[in-house]
Amino acid sequence: MSRFRGAEAFAASGDDWQLLPFRFERLNGRVLVTNMVGEHLVLSGEDFEVLATGELPADSDLVRRLRAKQVIKRSGERAPLSLLALKARTRHARLAESTGLHIFVVSLRCEHSCPYCQVSRQSEDRDRYDMTLATAERGLDMTFRSPSRSLKIEFQGGEPLLNFGLIEEVVRQAEVRNRDEGRDLGFVIASNLALLSDEVLDFCARHNIHISTSLDGPADLHNRNRPRPGRDSWERAVDGIRRVRETLGVDHISALMTTTKRSLDRVRDIIDTYVDLGLRGIFLRPLSPYGFAIKTKSYSAYDAERWIDFYREGLGYILELNRQGLDLTEYFSTVILRKMLTNVEPGYVDLMSPAGIGIGALVYNYDGSVYASDEGRMLAEMGDETFRLGHLEVDTYESIMTSEALLAPLEESFALSAPMCSDCAFETYCGSDPVYHYATSGDFLGRKSESDFCRRNMAIFKHLIDLYENDEFARRTFLSWAGR
Amino acid sequence: MISLRGRASDFGPGQHLDRAVWMVVDRDRLTPQRHGRAYKLRDCEEAPPGFGLYLVDDARFAPRDGAWIALPPLLRYVAAGDVISASESGEHVRVLWRAGSPNNSVLLTERCDHYCLMCSQPPKERDDDWLLDNAAELIRLLPTSTPGIGFTGGEPTIYGERLIELLRLCRNLLPDAGVHVLSNGRRFANFGFARSWASVDNPRMMVGIPLYGAEPALHDYVVQSEGAFEDTVRGIVNLGEVGQRIEIRVVIHQQTAPALPEIAEYIARNLPFVEQVALMGLEMMGFARANVKDVWIDPLDYQPELREAVSLLALRRVRTMIYNHQLCLLDRELWPFAVRSISDWKNEYHAECTDCSARDRCGGFFFSAKYKVSESIRAIPAAETQAPALLSLGR
Ligand code: SF4
Ligand code: SF4
Repeated sequence: MSRFRGAEAFAASGDDWQLLPFRFERLNGRVLVTNMVGEHLVLSGEDFEVLATGELPADSDLVRRLRAKQVIKRSGERAPLSLLALKARTRHARLAESTGLHIFVVSLRCEHSCPYCQVSRQSEDRDRYDMTLATAERGLDMTFRSPSRSLKIEFQGGEPLLNFGLIEEVVRQAEVRNRDEGRDLGFVIASNLALLSDEVLDFCARHNIHISTSLDGPADLHNRNRPRPGRDSWERAVDGIRRVRETLGVDHISALMTTTKRSLDRVRDIIDTYVDLGLRGIFLRPLSPYGFAIKTKSYSAYDAERWIDFYREGLGYILELNRQGLDLTEYFSTVILRKMLTNVEPGYVDLMSPAGIGIGALVYNYDGSVYASDEGRMLAEMGDETFRLGHLEVDTYESIMTSEALLAPLEESFALSAPMCSDCAFETYCGSDPVYHYATSGDFLGRKSESDFCRRNMAIFKHLIDLYENDEFARRTFLSWAGR
Repeated sequence: MISLRGRASDFGPGQHLDRAVWMVVDRDRLTPQRHGRAYKLRDCEEAPPGFGLYLVDDARFAPRDGAWIALPPLLRYVAAGDVISASESGEHVRVLWRAGSPNNSVLLTERCDHYCLMCSQPPKERDDDWLLDNAAELIRLLPTSTPGIGFTGGEPTIYGERLIELLRLCRNLLPDAGVHVLSNGRRFANFGFARSWASVDNPRMMVGIPLYGAEPALHDYVVQSEGAFEDTVRGIVNLGEVGQRIEIRVVIHQQTAPALPEIAEYIARNLPFVEQVALMGLEMMGFARANVKDVWIDPLDYQPELREAVSLLALRRVRTMIYNHQLCLLDRELWPFAVRSISDWKNEYHAECTDCSARDRCGGFFFSAKYKVSESIRAIPAAETQAPALLSLGR
């Protein structure tokens, strides 16, 4: 039909290709290319050669794929630029919504004595280690100064239930203030559940409070990690989880594990414990370099490698369970997959750049000091006040958010201007985590070639991309996690 | 198939109708309204006075006074609540609205700046502004409780601000109606026009825009126009920016089928703000027949791509629908996404369908399927009508 022109007539002609910003990484023979906002494609070595030398043909499958992912464009085309701009804006929208999470350390006291915990005190000295109402009220002032449309208040400890009266008061006052403020307000209590009473549950149910607890895995592992009088930490946590599920609902409980060296061989047991309790997901958390681990210098590259194996094995097992029809999510991967497969920035403090400290979360310690993150507070308990941003009695939200103690680590760690990160194909999935790098290498930036943060993340990114590209079931599962 | 236009078998000699668009009433649906009403006489019925037009099935029963049209046999189904248009003499009759149909769509023009390979309604370059005028008259006649109305072309946005006026009329006179407009979306690349569109301020309005590629070469080829992809994408972005409801339509044929996953990925990442994505089976009408060798594909042959496309979209929470597909050609996993969408007047079944247990849920066929249809249409035994859910969506 002569009225219609053939496909050739519409294929790009000439050689006026313009490269848009992209980064790459070789993956055993093939090359991963990511565009400016982290959309990826995997090219053959030859195709990548063609792209890299700039000798792109007028039309080919490669050209089409590169155009679809905004790696190249013709001069004069504006749509690719406006789309990249739109996506970049969406990814960074959170910055304008600064500080959504406000952590109130309502008591430093705890009836547990976990070896890796550097922050709790077994003392019964209420006056010394509990937050006062006056301090909490100042914390609330600060919370509502944040411009974020959604505010989450998290109560931590020690064991926050030891100062439950204060929690009740803070919740009530926050709700009253919010009648005028109209924010999207939520509450979380991070508790070991050993002291979970019906009264507490009842209050949580009435105020729609979320419970987050610690569960390190099966009883023997958990109880060894978490000694308490009576050696019944696990039993109490499990009993608490069941009660929360039934009274507040399955979506109101989440459990976090602390990964210790002892966990590393037990990933299946740990996952089984979570599944058995009817939890809908698990966070395969990295080994923590803070607290005990740092003191004993027991945190080594060897452990980082072992953790990567632990993670891979765990993720594989979780996928296997999904294949059998169980709906179980791995949350660490989910954070990364969301960055990989959507434009939504999940706001996970350790994987943000600019870093999530201060911008993502503020910590109000029992004594009124303000920290940039929970890990920053832990460092302070060990005598290092680097991430102390100020004090509720003397500082305002403005003075804290513009303090040198916050701005310096934010700026110095910013991944887009960090050696290695700025060229890294995974930069948009990663983060800058100045607290981690400070704790492990003494400066906010760290040397990524020696950083276990980098080594661990890069291994995960590659693993996730490999599964996404080559395993249809994994791809679908990942898409559904990212889409949650 | 129901005819929508015809030539009167007879009409009042020398008559000049004073308007083009008429709402049909009859003795069971009679109100004091006379303006724009055409009275349909039953055989032998005495014509009540005061109507500008009378319709009869047989010229022998034409009224003594007043203008009349004797409907041709194929249009005798016209009943109270339907809206027709007639030429000045009454010789040419079109059915604009069928009260009994759940999906009425109104043609606004046959002009279009695209020339799609598979266009079912090939564009005609001639002045047909009267279609727009008729549409406005139609809206004025429809009951205020009308639940929905669709507008198609051609390309409705060629009217610019006049289209916006029509849509405003729609919002004001049909406050309950969902309004769906099909457009190639290019004009919205002009942000001012997108803003005009938004100024209609009708939360029940949605625009359906086709996208045939994840990059310009394929899309421009399918619509036979350079620069189309660039304009359409910018148009969609502009509409998104002014908070409008958008449906993206992808017609699946030989050229687009292999690119389905790429198109889905492109939408999920670049246009996730759209309200829904419709993946549509090909209608073998108009240019699709002329280009049959370039567009025809057996739906069975693109099931893997369709599955992948649906998971890329739906799993990331982009609402996804599959239109115009016969269930026996559709992967079982995709059944939950299939919508019975073929306008009823084109929906006819194959011989296999008689014994098929999925018949009630099946998308069925376009009338044009008589021209070409997959060899693989097979009745589905009752035992197999359960569809498994696509991963995690059925949970
Ligand atoms: S820390 Fe490592 S993986 Fe992360 S962006 Fe920097 S170089 Fe890439
Ligand atoms: S046999 Fe007919 S009714 Fe049954 S699924 Fe196929 S097309 Fe639909």
